[in-house]
Order: sequence, then structure tokens, then C-alpha cells
Amino acid sequence: MITQQLIFGLAGVALFSLGLRMAFSPRALLRRILAINIAGAGLFLLLVSVAYRGREMAPDPVPHALVLTGIVVAFSATSLALALGRRLGGHREDD
Amino acid sequence: METLAWILLDTMLVTALLALGWGSLASKDLRRGVVLFIGFGLLLALVWVRLRAPDIALAEAAIGAGLTGALMLSALRDEPGTSSEAAGDASVRSTPVSASLLLTLLSAGLAIVLGAAFICALDRTDPASLAEEVFANLGVSGVSNPVTGVLLNFRAYDTLLELAVLTAAVLGILSLGPARSGYQASGPMLSGLTGWLVPVILVVSGYLLWVGAKAPGGAFQAGALLAAAGVLLRLAGHPSGGLPRELALRGLMVVGVAVFLIIGLTLMLVGRGFLDYPVAWAGSLILAIESAATLGIAATLIVAFLCGDPGQRPENHETADSGVPLAKCENNRRNTPR
Repeated sequence: MITQQLIFGLAGVALFSLGLRMAFSPRALLRRILAINIAGAGLFLLLVSVAYRGREMAPDPVPHALVLTGIVVAFSATSLALALGRRLGGHREDD
Repeated sequence: METLAWILLDTMLVTALLALGWGSLASKDLRRGVVLFIGFGLLLALVWVRLRAPDIALAEAAIGAGLTGALMLSALRDEPGTSSEAAGDASVRSTPVSASLLLTLLSAGLAIVLGAAFICALDRTDPASLAEEVFANLGVSGVSNPVTGVLLNFRAYDTLLELAVLTAAVLGILSLGPARSGYQASGPMLSGLTGWLVPVILVVSGYLLWVGAKAPGGAFQAGALLAAAGVLLRLAGHPSGGLPRELALRGLMVVGVAVFLIIGLTLMLVGRGFLDYPVAWAGSLILAIESAATLGIAATLIVAFLCGDPGQRPENHETADSGVPLAKCENNRRNTPR
């Protein structure tokens, strides 16, 4: 186990739970989309921390590819969510 | 001693990251929240470098921080007043204390489970991991950057479907109405800067696409950078952000998925598996797919930023091309009852 992995991985867990909690709170739509993005970033951090294998070994490229895919999918979802929010006539309504 | 210094740096990075994440969600001002989120993304790109993931660092800086941030800032523009707390968060009804406590407990519980799973994953040292498979077969993948090898050869299905997801999301956006009204023509400073920056961005994007075969880079980073050029053009007053019109735009949006599918299906026709490249051709086929994907990704990302088809006029048919009546056009649209 490498300290660096532990530091970043646990930070990823903290970001995930922070984002998840905030995404469910009754706030402006844009704020909750931000929260989901931060939760996603936390999960990416967790995955890439697992992929890290010290300074001597090259990191595992499979989680890296997954996270790259994830970043693009997160952007797609965010942009669609924002367009839907705009269509709904603002970011205020949440029901 | 050196290790201690790195641990200190990592701890500081993580502390700043958590503080920015918290700040962007907790700040009273929504606009400040979005700006803190952009800072969060840039800091996260540094973290990716620390974890030896430069491919992700490039994508994060361009897409995660840059384009998502630009998208959210322009979404703030849709609704004047949402940036203040009064119109944004506070008007939403509050939840009972018990429900909010339950949610906090649930997310904390999930965090503990996730943390435990993470520590178990770290303790397991599996010699026959996927990573070894990738490095053992990298020689026949046609590229020498392992991440590009995974994305476009070993797990090309994932990337094809990812492009399809991106296209589907943009089709959803297109079906939701016309693009946001454009910006006024910029002053000499910004338009001069744009004139310099856009060609540089085009060259760097081409470089990233080419270098992705053997070093950090690739279609996503190159496409995101191209899209950044489009965003810049749009902010400088070009209503379509450099995109073509009508049929050409539709074609550009699907070119990535189309070339990917055509190559996959052609390989099936000649008796190989779907996307099972012949070793001698793998490098060229990957480059062809990546070039098409770069264009497609850039076009879809720009359409996502415009939040609709730039060729389609808003309901009042006021022209967005001349640059002058834009502010008026914006006002008219806001005043119509929803």
C-alpha cells in the first residue's frame, strides 16, 4: 500500500459523499448539477488511485481509459441536464 | 526526507481540493460556486499528474474544468438573478430535519463502504491483472501509449459507445429548442486575441491528436481543445462558434461514430471480428478513427455549449448574424411569457 494512493483515494471517497449529499439537498438545479459533477470527480479520483502502482511501475492504463470515458460522459450528462433545466424555464423549480 | 516532502505536498493538494469542492457547493453565490468549481477542476488536473495520469490531466483541464465551467457560466446567463442566493437556492422549499439527517447518514454510510472497498482493493496485489495483459499486448495494438491502446484497440467498444452517448446527449439538446442567443461582437482586444489564439489552438489540437499514439494525448483531448477554439469564437461574437450550417453540421456531429462503425463493419466483411484490426493496419486505422472522432467530438461539444443548433433562429426570427441586435433579441425572448 502506498501513502499517496491512500491520501488521494480517501479524498475521492470524501468528495463522492460530499457531492452525493449536496445533490440531494433542496437547492438550485445548477448547484445540484455541480454537486453531481463533484461526486463523479471523487469516484474518478478513487479509480485512478487504485490504478497507481508506485513510482517504479507504470500505472494500470485500464482505469485511466475508464476515467477518460467517464469525463466525456459526465460532460454529456451535464450539458443535457443544463439544456433540460433551461427548457423548464429556469433553475429554480425542483419539482 | 524526499518522501515526506511529497506526502506534505499531496496532503496540501488534497486539502485545497476538498476546500474548493466544499466551497463551490456551499457558497451563497451560485456564480462564485461555478468559478470555484473551475478552480477545483484545474487543481484536480494537478492531482492527475501526481497520480501519473497525464492523459486524464489533459482531458480534465480541457473538458472537466474548461468546457463544463464555460457551459455552467453560460447557463447562469439564461436566468438573470439566479446567481444571487435570493433567486437561486433560497426560493426552494426546505426539507424536514429528519429527511436531511437521514440523507447525511446514508451518504456517510456509503462513504464508509466505499472507503473499505478501496482499502481492500489496495491490499490485493494481483500479478495477473489487466494491466499486465495490456503491457504484454501493446506491441500489436498499433500504438505505444497504453491508454490510447486500451481506448481504441483493446476496449474500442467502450469508446464507440461513448461517442454514441455524446451524440445522443447532443441530439437531446438539439430537440429542446434553438441555441442561446449569441454575444455581441467583441472589441479589438478580444477579437485580436482570438485571431492569434484560434490558429494556435488548431495546431496544438492537431499535435495532440498525432502524438496520442505514443505519448499523452488523443482524440478526446484534441477534440476538447478544438471545441475550446469554438467557444472562444462564440464569445468573440461569432454566432455559430465556427460551426458549419445545416447538413454539414449534422454530418460533422456523427462523423466520429460513422467512421468508427464503417471501419468495424468493414473488418467484419473481410472476415475478422468487429473492430479487430489486422496488426499491420492497426496504427493507421486507429489514426483514421481518432481523426474523425476529434472532429465529431469538437462539433458535439460546441453544440452542447451553444445549447442548440446555431443555424436555427429563436422564435422571433431576429437575425443573430449582424451582431448588433443581439442584446435586443435576448430581451425580447425573456419578456415573452413562458
